[in-house]
This record gives sequence, C-alpha cells and structure tokens, in this order.
Amino acid sequence: MSRRQTADGGSQPNRRDTLECMVWAGTGVLWAMSGGVPVARGLLGDAQAAAASDFSFLQMSDSHIGFNKAANPDALGTLREAVARVKALAVKPSFIIHTGDITHLSKPAEFDNADQVYAETALQMHAVPGEHDLIDEDRGKAYLDRYGKGTNGAGWYSFDDHGVHFIGLVNVADLKAGGLGNLGTEQLAWLENDLKDKSASTPIVVFAHIPLYVLYRQWGWGTDDGERALALLKRFGSVTVLNGHIHQLAQKVEGNMTFHTALSTAFPQPSPGSAPSPGPMVVPAERLRSLLGLSTVTLRQGNKPLAIVDTTLAT
Amino acid sequence: MAGAVMALQAHAAQDSGATITIDNFTFAPAELRVPIGTVVTWVNRDDTPHTVVDSHQAFRAKALDTDDSYSFTFMTAGEFDYFCSLHPFMTAKVVVTP
Repeated sequence: MSRRQTADGGSQPNRRDTLECMVWAGTGVLWAMSGGVPVARGLLGDAQAAAASDFSFLQMSDSHIGFNKAANPDALGTLREAVARVKALAVKPSFIIHTGDITHLSKPAEFDNADQVYAETALQMHAVPGEHDLIDEDRGKAYLDRYGKGTNGAGWYSFDDHGVHFIGLVNVADLKAGGLGNLGTEQLAWLENDLKDKSASTPIVVFAHIPLYVLYRQWGWGTDDGERALALLKRFGSVTVLNGHIHQLAQKVEGNMTFHTALSTAFPQPSPGSAPSPGPMVVPAERLRSLLGLSTVTLRQGNKPLAIVDTTLAT
Repeated sequence: MAGAVMALQAHAAQDSGATITIDNFTFAPAELRVPIGTVVTWVNRDDTPHTVVDSHQAFRAKALDTDDSYSFTFMTAGEFDYFCSLHPFMTAKVVVTP
C-alpha cells in the first residue's frame, strides 16, 4: 500500500497507520493475508482466538430452511449445529451478517423455523435476501415484512459499528433473462450517495448474496453491474466483500479489496465446471459436515495481517 | 365402435399437449415448436426450485419445487422467449405456429 498522490501533488496519510485489519477467529482454516497475498494456511486454535476487547461478528449463509432433499434431508438440524457452535464461542460476537437464502422456498413456516433457531444465538442478524427468499407469491413481501424494516428498495441498507461501515446490497431481485445477479441503477445511485461523505480510511464491509465479481459466468455466479459498485469502493483503504450463494469457500484479493464467499449450513455445491450444473451436491454422509460451516470476523486495531478463518461443522 | 371413438379422443388429447423438462438447470427442449392451442407443461426435475417466466410477461409460473409442474396454453402464434428468474442464465423458447 503506497502513499497515493492526489491531483494537487499532496498525499493522503499513509493508510497503514489507520487501517484496521480483520482476523477471522475461531477454529478452522486460516488464510493469513500479507501484502494482499494469502501466505499461510492452517488451523487456528482457541489459543489464538480474539481478545475480548476486539470487535467481532459472524458471517452465516445459505441456511435454506425447508430444503429436505438427498444432499441434506435436515437443513434445520445442521443450522442448529452451527448455532450451537456460535453459542459456544469463547468471545461473544457483536452480531450476525446473513448473506442470503435463509429459506429454500420463502414459506412462512420456513422463515419462522429459521428465526426461531437464529434467535437462540441472542445476536442481532443483519440480513440480505438470496433469490430463494424472494419467491413467495408477492415476490419478496415475506422477506421484507420480516427483515426489511428501515431498508431501501428490495432490502438494501447500511449501518456503522465500531468505526466500520457495513453495506448490505441486494443483487437477486428482478433478474433479467440471460443475465447474472443485478444491483440496478436505483441501488447503485443509493450506494454512491451512501459513500460520498465517508473518509477513505473508513473500513468497509459489503455483503450481498451473489458474488459481486464474476466468479463463474456459465452458472450465473457473478453480478452484471457488480463492477460499478466496486468502482465506487476503490478509493477506500480496506474493503471486505462477503458473499454466499455458491456454498463453498472462494477467496480473492485485488488491491485493498478482499472477497470471501462463505460455506452454507445446508448443503454443498460443486466447484465451478466440475458438474453438469450447480445445485445441491450429494456427498457421503460422513463428509457433509466438513463442507458446511460459518465464519467469525474480528477487527483489530493496528497493522495486523488480515486472516480469514472458516469453521466447518466437522471440526 | 365405442372403443374406436375413445381411442380417437385419447389420441387428440395427446396431440394437444407438450412437455418441457427442467433438469441440470436446463430447459429441454431448448426450442419447442407447437401449433396454436397447445398446452405446454414444464416439469422441474432438479433438487432446487426454478421458475418459468416469459420475457414479455405473457406467462409467469410461481416457483416450482422438485417435481412441481406448470402449464400454459398458447393461444397466439409467435416466438415466446422465457427464462428462470432465479437462475436467469437458463433461457429457452417456445415457437407457436399458426
């Protein structure tokens, strides 16, 4: 991260002094980021868990409550297992970010069951919808009635916590034939306005269901106008983009942006191109829990390496 | 005689319908040609829901879970492009001939 020259020849303060970095604490796989490159991979034990003074939150995704097919006949049961892990965390996180597909078919009973299990965490949940959350007869009313309070449009919003600016985007509404995920002009205008008064040193966390960059076009794993959102975020020193939808870990670093997709708590999907199509992937029963999980994100003061840990339900 | 009439009716009923299956995130056949008045039925064989939405709002199915089906009777000639609104890379076409 070099000092950026401004047009008038001055320079902005070196962001290293102000940058807060994230560490995903828990038990699971660790990617340590150094100079924007993943350099270490291993296991983080409780000994390295965040100190109580740090600010941490969870990312959970793709619970698909209501799903009962061969890939996992009991998606509610595996969500309960994930929630049990949350309750057992040594350091209580501040809240949950849910990156969509809370339900499988947007049915009231599915939302009810999900809410009941998530409530056991006693944590606030900041959600964005997945496409499975908007397929009620009224095309999204069921979701918005529950999670849409204080949001805009199809459910986008932002909030601040511990000096971090969080932005929940919706890229699963009103999709067009032949296209990918889509944010739309109204949401992009809102985002531009939301960011305009923010200092470049403000750490940003963006979360949305479908990956904002094009991860695998053939399966629709990307967002058509995601680049327009990322362009608005380029000036910030620390941007973390959290997504779901693909039910597997994928990580990419571009400059000051880190992209991370979370595991589902319901069922895995094949890796890009490794099967005729995406969709629920049946694996041997003993392997299932190694492919499901959640993530813990911890923000720490100072120039610490950014690391991501994903906890599976098998560990 | 009665048997022959019955058989004829059964034959006619068969001719007035056509089926499109959804399997591996693909509509098959990708292009279906049918005469006016045909009832077209889509059946979802995937373990995940799909929808069937006409690009020009001529028809729109609610979400189809596994083995659910949706039928639409085509009463006008023309080309009907449709897609799955959950997975919009899934596109296909029904061509209705006069």
